Amino acid sequence: MRRGLLPAVLGAAVLLGGCAAAPASEPETTTSVRVFAAASLTDVFGRIAGEFEDAHPGVEVELNFGGSSGLSAQLVEGAPADVFAAASEDTMAIVADAGLLAAPPVVFARNRLEIAVPPGNPAGVTGLADLARPELTVALCDAGVPCGAAAAEVFDALGVAAAADTLEQDVKAVLTKVRLGEVDAGLVYRTDVLAAGDEVEGIPFPEAEAAVTAYPIAVVADAATPESAEAFVRWVIDDSGALLEEAGFAAP
Amino acid sequence: MPRREAARLPAALWPLAGIAVLLLVLPLVALLIRVPWRDAAALLTAGESLEALTLSLGTALAATGASLLLGVPLAAVLAGSDGWAAPVRRLLRAAVTVPLVLPPVVAGIALLLLLGRQGVIGAPLAALTGVTVPFTTPAVVIAQTFVSMPFLVLAVEGALRGADPRYAVVAASLGASRWHAFRRVTLPLVAPGLLSGAVLCFTRALGEFGATITFAGSFPGVTRTLPIAAYLGLQASPESAIVLALLLLVVSVVVLVSLRDKWLRVGS
Repeated sequence: MRRGLLPAVLGAAVLLGGCAAAPASEPETTTSVRVFAAASLTDVFGRIAGEFEDAHPGVEVELNFGGSSGLSAQLVEGAPADVFAAASEDTMAIVADAGLLAAPPVVFARNRLEIAVPPGNPAGVTGLADLARPELTVALCDAGVPCGAAAAEVFDALGVAAAADTLEQDVKAVLTKVRLGEVDAGLVYRTDVLAAGDEVEGIPFPEAEAAVTAYPIAVVADAATPESAEAFVRWVIDDSGALLEEAGFAAP
Repeated sequence: MPRREAARLPAALWPLAGIAVLLLVLPLVALLIRVPWRDAAALLTAGESLEALTLSLGTALAATGASLLLGVPLAAVLAGSDGWAAPVRRLLRAAVTVPLVLPPVVAGIALLLLLGRQGVIGAPLAALTGVTVPFTTPAVVIAQTFVSMPFLVLAVEGALRGADPRYAVVAASLGASRWHAFRRVTLPLVAPGLLSGAVLCFTRALGEFGATITFAGSFPGVTRTLPIAAYLGLQASPESAIVLALLLLVVSVVVLVSLRDKWLRVGS
């Protein structure tokens, strides 16, 4: 019995221990900043991180993108991160209330909703009121996610009820349905329209002012590399305006 | 055949089997610990939860029915395909297996490209009849069937291969038509495999998320099934998501436990 059991236990221990073993050959000069960022920042933060790394030799930025709510839940559950950039001040407040921020968050960009339609605008959409026409196939975000809450606010501002055919889990899912031509119109952010290039057309509308999304950023308490984390946050706030604007974000 | 006795297994298997059980069970235990029991009843009987549950049960049953109708014949063909040219046989088998390894969201995109408004079949269908499939309850059933039918096909094929073909031959020699022999002799022989395949298929359809939300979308009462409601609930209030996940878990466990040991002796 013992002879049979021992190798199995050792095998399991090796398997488990192997996960924790760190490579010993890392150069000591390299520090890394782990950034948790909202999914809508995927493209622009990739570029910002590249410029930051060029200007700060020896500092490496590790980016982890996801829905703001999901990321904040991960942070509250103890996920290791040095910087958090959210697509919602409410979501950032959850992390702040949990005592997980080293300093108060700073808003570094804003984003507005736009109507996205397939190329050529087959349904002839001209404004937000068209998204209340039942004969159109319309995709919105679910009211439980930030883009859906924003959509509800702009429809309130116009005073009409949306005639949605599907309430998606995130803004990228709405964009996918517009890209594939499966819906006549969807509400997404201006940055999503620009990122999709020729595959969708964007139609700005005045009611979008009723729901401008703020993007706050902050250093996480107990950051493993607080100086580098602080430097990255300052870089995003002070030195990334051009890249953010190019991606469709508005200045704070 | 002598019974397999766990006590006679090599001792080395025990700790590994234990780790396997822990890996499967502990996440569910963690979920149960976090269930807000006081609010659970209110959250469960909320209109949206019941609506999602009803839709989920209805579509998963429909998907299981469609899988039985189409998958059992496919399983019979597969089980009898040994004499075919190897490339044909392998391609057919791959076609059955691919949905098992395909990320469900990719399956949803593939279904959109086929049956969507701009799809290979969907575009002419919409032009001819005005019918569009996405964002409807039938789209949910199609997505669930695509993802769950392979479980049924593989289970039934395995059972058919294990069944003695001589019974059907004898039935035929006694004057039974092929259809009669298949229905009255072969199918009853593989009933356990058929049932376990149907149960696997049903539970997989019940938990389907990625293909459904991509192909059918998510609208309360029309396409928002229980897993989608649970996922969306996670964004707004984690408590409701946990309660919905618990509901899904209870339904699945009840189905699996009530059927498995009573009627399903897999491989017996």
